[in-house]
Amino acid sequence: MNQNPEIIGTSPKRVDVREKVTGAARYGSDLKMEGMLYAKVKHAEYPHAKILSVKTGRAKKLKGVAAVATAADVPGNPAFGAIIIDNQPIAGDKVRYLGDAVAVVAAETEAIAEKAVSLIKVKYKELPGLFDPRDALKPDAPLIHEDGNLIVHHKTRRGDIEAGFAAADRVIERSYSVQRVDHAYIEPEVVVAYFEPDGTLVVKGSHQSIFNIRSAVSGVMGLPLSKVRIVQASLGGSFGGKDDVMSVLSCRAGILAQQTGRPVMLSNSREDSLIESYKRHPYFMDYKVGVKNDGTITAMEIKMVADGGAYASMTQFVTWRSVVHATGPYRVPHVKTDVYGVYTNNTYTGAFRGFGSPQITFAYESLMDEIAEELGMEPLEFRRINILHDNDITATGQILDHTVSVGQALDVTTSASGWEEKRARFPKENSGRIMKRGIGLACSYRGVALGAEGVDATGATVRIHSDGSVDVATGLVEMGQGLKTIFSQIVAAELGIPIDKIQYRPTDTSLIVDGGPTVASRSTIMGGSAVKKAAIGVRERLFQAVSEKLDVAPEDLIAADEKIMLKNDPSRSVAFLEAIALALETGLNLSCFGWHLSPPIWWDEEAGKGDAYFTYVYACQIAEVEVDPETGKVNVVEVWAAHDVGKAINPDTVRGQIYGGVATAIGYGLLEDVEMVDGVTKTMNMDEYLIPTAMDVGKINAIILENYDKYGPYGAKSIAEPTAELCAPAIANAVYHATGKRIRDLPLNLERIVLGHKLIKKKRRVR
Amino acid sequence: MENVQIKFILNGEAVEVSAPPSLTLLKLLREKLGLTGSKPGCERGECGACTVLLDGDPVNSCLVLAPQVEGREVITIEGISDGEKLDPIQEAFISESAVQCGYCTPGMIISAKALLNRNPSPSRDEIKRAISGNLCRCTGYTKIIKAIEVCSASGAAVEE
Repeated sequence: MNQNPEIIGTSPKRVDVREKVTGAARYGSDLKMEGMLYAKVKHAEYPHAKILSVKTGRAKKLKGVAAVATAADVPGNPAFGAIIIDNQPIAGDKVRYLGDAVAVVAAETEAIAEKAVSLIKVKYKELPGLFDPRDALKPDAPLIHEDGNLIVHHKTRRGDIEAGFAAADRVIERSYSVQRVDHAYIEPEVVVAYFEPDGTLVVKGSHQSIFNIRSAVSGVMGLPLSKVRIVQASLGGSFGGKDDVMSVLSCRAGILAQQTGRPVMLSNSREDSLIESYKRHPYFMDYKVGVKNDGTITAMEIKMVADGGAYASMTQFVTWRSVVHATGPYRVPHVKTDVYGVYTNNTYTGAFRGFGSPQITFAYESLMDEIAEELGMEPLEFRRINILHDNDITATGQILDHTVSVGQALDVTTSASGWEEKRARFPKENSGRIMKRGIGLACSYRGVALGAEGVDATGATVRIHSDGSVDVATGLVEMGQGLKTIFSQIVAAELGIPIDKIQYRPTDTSLIVDGGPTVASRSTIMGGSAVKKAAIGVRERLFQAVSEKLDVAPEDLIAADEKIMLKNDPSRSVAFLEAIALALETGLNLSCFGWHLSPPIWWDEEAGKGDAYFTYVYACQIAEVEVDPETGKVNVVEVWAAHDVGKAINPDTVRGQIYGGVATAIGYGLLEDVEMVDGVTKTMNMDEYLIPTAMDVGKINAIILENYDKYGPYGAKSIAEPTAELCAPAIANAVYHATGKRIRDLPLNLERIVLGHKLIKKKRRVR
Repeated sequence: MENVQIKFILNGEAVEVSAPPSLTLLKLLREKLGLTGSKPGCERGECGACTVLLDGDPVNSCLVLAPQVEGREVITIEGISDGEKLDPIQEAFISESAVQCGYCTPGMIISAKALLNRNPSPSRDEIKRAISGNLCRCTGYTKIIKAIEVCSASGAAVEE
């Protein structure tokens, strides 16, 4: 029962906001320790090469150098990995991309460390490099890892694909591709590592999923999990990006801290970050669709190849999300989807807000518009014929037993944007003007939380102190999304106290059990449920104490307005503080742990089917653009974004997620591209890797849809990732509406709009 | 290279420091003077996270060499409020939920402050231009722009 419901669905000020507006918040690079050394990395000089020798003698002799470590100094396992153990924090036998480290240095200053790095001499035997995942799949391709270049092959199978095409009036085939993009969090990666006197290694820094990082550090350092403490500093943005790369930094700094006995800071420059940190997977996507002349889709056959780069990272899970959702939020009776994740000698790729969905959404939502046109239909009309409804069956064979709101999302966005009128009016007006207007839409469905990737469970502790203050701890992390505030709201609601009584405890692996990673838009639905259980658990003990005092049954009590009161007679109450005293006097424990395990789901990898996620969210975004056909410049004038979140526990943070996700997707659609030529990153800083500025983001209208979900706290599901998966295809469809140019490769930059293809950069530049 | 003596006004107080002439103002503030509110993001003047006021103008402190501030006035995020009572622009960033991860926030607030000092009633386009050198990856800029509008002299008339 919800005790103090008024705080759920409101937007109190963020609990972490004051320190952020005064500059007092401490991020990783603000951490300074007595005697701290500074580390720098000697990166690989070839994207694929055998390491023959690493000469560190001159670097070690340089005044001010405290340690130089190579692979020989790694105390534990040479590599780590969430799924495949292949990522070496310091490369030993060979290098597989230019972000690999061959050696790491710790010195009294950064300048000395940099100088020392330049004195390290490495001999290599260069190996042929693979830079296109399709080449890497060829039978005679050189091997990047011993077990072959294929990281994973996932499939989805439904119905009979041949029968599906036989039933079609037309078969339409299209190919799309998307580029490699960077998270471009404004804070580059940073850690400080040191040992406690008891031998515990502490690594503080810009960490996202602290338990994943702990596991990697434990393995590589050869330390038990209990002797590794990963502590999160204020995090300057992450978006999925500060996991594996933080494991790498943490191991490197940990080794140097062990060698020197001193604290070591390793902070990446923006250039280091662009070369070293993992990116969003580039995809090549081939779609073949059968449709009837009445607009009904009969079959989809899909093949995709994802560039995993040098290490597997999250490739298996990213591509699994793609294989589940590849057909989009549509009824498709016959499906055959194959997704291949492949090693190359490019920068490795992993988790990035969307996690395998921005790629496929660009393909299938561009495709929906293309098929509609082939059939002589309007894009909206064609989608309405095929969209999923309540109790429909997905491509993986799952029955959707909740409110399927993609139709509702289409309705509200098309109505709010004046869709029908603009679709008709813009083409007429465009012939007479230089700047061409267009409007396009995209919709999606998205499985919430980890799904059948693995066990999905998380925990929280709520403690009530004798003075009436309360604290909450979870293993999930704040990264700007507002998690601390939302979890504090849940505690406030359940205990009937003001939010300012609640303190969010530090995010530290030594304070709480492993609650899984802060990913997959799972924090509110999973973490929120655990926090709610912990708060209810501790409240029950207060009720027990108060029930004895008032001589009533505990189930007749509620907590509200800082009192424990009789539900039917609020005049009979005990103040919150007095209830605490009563409970403590009788020896009750006012700390409670809540654990939440997701509802059962399943996946049959061999058969390519299953109930992939326990619930789904639905969304639609519409983009109105203005295109200058002379320069190729696309301005996003206005965006309408409707997202079903189940219940907005904090509407301001939901809107914040929508605005930010749309802006990220505008960058994906129009600007961003980590350009690599033969394994060399060409976009080395924010002057070459362009993300949207305030002048590139048009007006965004955030529309919150609420369809209660039985699995979420207060009916809440999720936001975060779906916001970033829709605007790129909506823009591409709008550009087509404005200009008649169908661009099937992202980004839609100036050259693609004007010339229809990408400009090729020079082959090689010496780093 | 030998250190040079630098005297300047920092957040209203005279300071004198000794620093290498090649040190950037950003590193001087963060490493020598303990003011870590200004953030490193790209260290080549692209992201704006290190923005401070130099004689009232917003500058990327990563592009200013420490000796260049000799005899001048520098105001950082730490200097725009006394720590107790916040500046109205800080209050507006709180009330409008214009903060997410917070890493761009100090630089963003300084750029907003500089704008409002010289133009108390900026248009939305003027606001966008004024913060176009401050990158933010979380907010889509929407609530930041709103916060600056709310804080401006014409704030009462802001449309939703």
